[in-house]
Amino acid sequence: MNTPISWIRDYVPELDVSAQEYSDRITLTGTKVEGYTVLNKNLSNIVVARIDQVEKHPDADKLVVCQLFVGDRTVQIVTGAPNVTGESVGKLVPAVLDGGKVAGGHGGEPAPEDGIEIRAGKLRGVDSYGMMCSIEELGSDKNFYPCAPENGIYFFPEALIEELGLKPGDDAIKALGMDDTVVEYEITSNRVDCYSVIGIAREAAATFGKELKLHDPRKTGNEENVADLLKVEVRDTRLCPRYMARMVKNIKLAPSPEWMQKRLRNSGIRPINNLVDITNFVMQEYGQPMHAYDYDTIENSTIIVECAGNDEKFRTLDGQERTLDDTVLMIKDAGRSIGIAGVMGGENSKIADSVKTVVFESANFDGINVRLSAKKAGLRTDASSIFEKGLDPANAEAAINRACELCEELGCGEVVGGVIDVYASPEETVRVKFEPEKINGLLGTEISADEMKRIFAKIDLGFDEDKKEVIVPSFRRDLHCMADLAEEVLRFHGYDKIEDTLPVGEATTGKLSFKLMCDEILRDAAEYHGFSHAMTYAFESPKAFDKLLIPEGDKLRDAVVISNPLGEDFSIMRTQPLNAILTSVAFNYNHRAECCRLYDLSNIYLPHELPLTDLPDEREQLTLCAYDKDIDFFTMKGVVEVAIRKLGMTERPEYDASSAQRHAYLHPGRRADILYKGTCIGYLGEIHPFVVKNYGFKDGTRVYAAVLDVPALLEFADFERKYTGIARFPAVSRDLSMLVPKDITAGGIEKMIRQRGGKLLEDLKLFDLYEGEQVEQGYKSMAYTLTLRAGDRTLTDDEVNSVMKKVLNGLSTMGIELRS
Amino acid sequence: MQDLIKLTDEIIEKVSACNSADALNDVRVEYLGKKGTLTLIMKEMKDLSPEERPAFGQKVNDVRQKAENAIASMKEKLEAAATAEKLSAEKIDVTLPAREQKTGHPHPCQLALDEMERIFVGMGYEVVEGPEVEWQEYNFTKLNIPEGHPARDVQDTFYINDQILLRSQTSPVQARVMEKGKLPIRMIAPGRVFRSDSIDATHSPSFNQIEGLVVDKHITMTDLKGTLSQFARELFGENTKTRFRPHHFPFTEPSAEVDVSCYKCGGTGCRFCKGEGWIEILGCGMVHPNVLKMCGIDPEEYTGFAFGVGLERIALLKYEIDDMRLLYENDLRFLGQF
Repeated sequence: MNTPISWIRDYVPELDVSAQEYSDRITLTGTKVEGYTVLNKNLSNIVVARIDQVEKHPDADKLVVCQLFVGDRTVQIVTGAPNVTGESVGKLVPAVLDGGKVAGGHGGEPAPEDGIEIRAGKLRGVDSYGMMCSIEELGSDKNFYPCAPENGIYFFPEALIEELGLKPGDDAIKALGMDDTVVEYEITSNRVDCYSVIGIAREAAATFGKELKLHDPRKTGNEENVADLLKVEVRDTRLCPRYMARMVKNIKLAPSPEWMQKRLRNSGIRPINNLVDITNFVMQEYGQPMHAYDYDTIENSTIIVECAGNDEKFRTLDGQERTLDDTVLMIKDAGRSIGIAGVMGGENSKIADSVKTVVFESANFDGINVRLSAKKAGLRTDASSIFEKGLDPANAEAAINRACELCEELGCGEVVGGVIDVYASPEETVRVKFEPEKINGLLGTEISADEMKRIFAKIDLGFDEDKKEVIVPSFRRDLHCMADLAEEVLRFHGYDKIEDTLPVGEATTGKLSFKLMCDEILRDAAEYHGFSHAMTYAFESPKAFDKLLIPEGDKLRDAVVISNPLGEDFSIMRTQPLNAILTSVAFNYNHRAECCRLYDLSNIYLPHELPLTDLPDEREQLTLCAYDKDIDFFTMKGVVEVAIRKLGMTERPEYDASSAQRHAYLHPGRRADILYKGTCIGYLGEIHPFVVKNYGFKDGTRVYAAVLDVPALLEFADFERKYTGIARFPAVSRDLSMLVPKDITAGGIEKMIRQRGGKLLEDLKLFDLYEGEQVEQGYKSMAYTLTLRAGDRTLTDDEVNSVMKKVLNGLSTMGIELRS
Repeated sequence: MQDLIKLTDEIIEKVSACNSADALNDVRVEYLGKKGTLTLIMKEMKDLSPEERPAFGQKVNDVRQKAENAIASMKEKLEAAATAEKLSAEKIDVTLPAREQKTGHPHPCQLALDEMERIFVGMGYEVVEGPEVEWQEYNFTKLNIPEGHPARDVQDTFYINDQILLRSQTSPVQARVMEKGKLPIRMIAPGRVFRSDSIDATHSPSFNQIEGLVVDKHITMTDLKGTLSQFARELFGENTKTRFRPHHFPFTEPSAEVDVSCYKCGGTGCRFCKGEGWIEILGCGMVHPNVLKMCGIDPEEYTGFAFGVGLERIALLKYEIDDMRLLYENDLRFLGQF
């Protein structure tokens, strides 16, 4: 909301602070100022000047030499403005004199920060002591000054000269209403009363301790009664609690007076004519949107308020056809709809220049319904955005009477007597029990009850001394309970005046949840191995499935879908973490990073069923992804093993290549599920070359990924540690050099050795693997070192030999031969 | 006797002339070895009278002792010299580049979050989490945002269906924790939230918040103010001032927005704080009695405060990052700076 400070001063005449102080202090009482604009910041030494003579420039066809009377002297100004001719003699114009300043150029180009200084000089050899100004040079435009010419100097119109009694030498900026400061407020949604000048003025008066001087609209109207000329029937009193109508006849459309134009203009509203300006003015002043109908277009002189028909088509006054349904509240006449309640009137009852009689509507509509109607009509208007906040029904009356008063005052027409007021069940006054000790208890303050009552009085809250109750005026829609009153007290006592304390009471232990502790360990492990933390979005494009080669019908394609996404690219909740991380890794690849290691620690979302009837399973995934000459499948495996060991998972994970077939996005020969105590805790592998290509890597780039499913890890993670002693008896090492059939895996061999080695087998290390010329076709050569040890004695040769024999027997059942 | 004195001098001279361990060993063998000079002299002792023997033996032993000392000290000297020579040969150019150790970098948001968690854990807060895909009931209804409230607008919130949505704030975690009924509560809940904003330098459809909640007997607005002032000082520096401005949130009353004094200019106004001297960092307030009631807590007995901080905003401010998009591109040239 933008409001000129001068308008606030109309109601708080004693307000005597600078714009900066005003902004600072009213912000601290809750009416936040976003900023303010001093309209005449770059305007100085600009006076009303009368053109007394216009002569051709001796040396330039497009220039004229003017003599202007500026009150105490005549100055010569040369201008090239097309609208200054011999016929301009006698007109009054704004003219900036030598050393003065204007806001912008006449071409409408962006205005310089500090304005443009005007100095006396010569134009084609003729002296010029200033400049006549266009409205653009004064920092505004034709929208706000409708009588300004399309291109050229602004001439003060007769009506304005008459209204202000303008004469040469007067301050032109004041005459144009530019001696003002416009303040922009951020009004919170609970304070609908502050979407009005009166509401802000009330806050200002209370903030600065000044008197609020409101104006009660005068009683207006001739001896006729509007009730004889118009019938109003409200068929839905829930959606329209109050409907008021008044009538003005013998309408005379004309520009409104300068004082009103100035108020509107400086509030960012274009002056149109007296009738439109009055409704806009009242909307600003009272925060009550009004509508004006042409009485002669209302069929049967009847207004009916009820919902639209299903699929009803309706043309709003902007000429657009809208399709409505039976939840949209409409204003109708005897035969048809003439307006969408609270949103916009219809083209069929639009005020034309020929209008004779006008019906003013000032109503109270259900805010939620207006909001939904506006959405259905695809039309959010100034009126609907105010109505949707839920207005005060009492305000409708003040506003319509004010509008009629202004009609009389501006000579806009003859106000018909009487008021139609359909108000089925007037609102009950809200009363809140006054409990000063509870207020102090909530705030932690010791503010006296009297001080609180003084604050209430400042903002026009009533007080019932007998019942000790605060009487909430109807314009304060936001006050219902003790906490609400506490905020009012605190706002004017000062948020900055209360102490800083810390909660006392029962001590609590600060800690991370178990899962967050594990997260920290996983992040450390990843970073320790050179992976940097990436943050990615939870939603992505369904195209990711194709990019990852995930087959049709795969469960991973069953994603939670957002019904109103930002676009297809953000439309599904991811069911796998690889698309996001591959996109980030590819981003670095495309920016020519020599190598890249990233990890992501965030959720995937797996629906239990679709469509969703329960919250999906949110599973946090640690995803490592890299391309790097120092990284291969086994490096990734190493990182995974460190990560799980750091979580206290001391058993050895197993790797299953055959179950990993489900990971279509991984290289078919280089992928594995990771099993811990038989449970799948994740997977790893090289990214499938087709997928690598889909993400824009060059052919042949090897990209690796490992994914750990955190909920699965949490089942096993354990921070208990027990010292088991350092071995005191010597170990015995034996090397085994074997000829192994090619399709037997290291995992299989190790499993066998461990099983046969039993308790005495302390460690097992592969130290040689060879396939090639010197090895028989279909075989590979592998060599392991076995370390044997007993915790309580030195092993004898016999014991060692017996273990080795068992191991060898086991291996030979697998078709493995010992090499000599 | 004269011979023995001469012999001593001779040995010492020979020892000091040695320039290698081998030469020194030769000298040792020559005099002290099994067939060495001194050994032979000792054998001559048997020719002496028993009276003369002790004195002679003593003298020969003196010579031997001196010779051994001389050899030992020479040996030490030679070894030291040899070591020095070896070390000198091993000299390296210490200014050659380091062998690169690959290390990963934390995300600036995580860094900022870690710091905030440390501050609040230190104050006795538990760090918890809640679901990102949430019931509308928790995201809105239980937070005093009834049906039809503009905050529920589909223009701002991503919906899955009528009942399920992507949480638009971390505040639903408040309701979930309160409902569990374990009091007192001191918790923070960091996490991802979603709003229907297009991506630009200051907006993202997905960002992170940190929710805070304290519920206990006698919790006051001054406690809220004290807690957040301390938080701001720890996060932004000891001289940071805070400013509480009245504001409105449906789930708190009274409510406030909190500004901190600009830590670049100290509050005098600069480009960083857009000349205001203050930077808005969070919203907060006393838990609305309706919210307590809906979560099964008696507002007559218990009060509480809550706050919500935008993590990205803090990270952008703290690390002087000028474009929010950088946080989600995961460019190593960016991440590598943290």
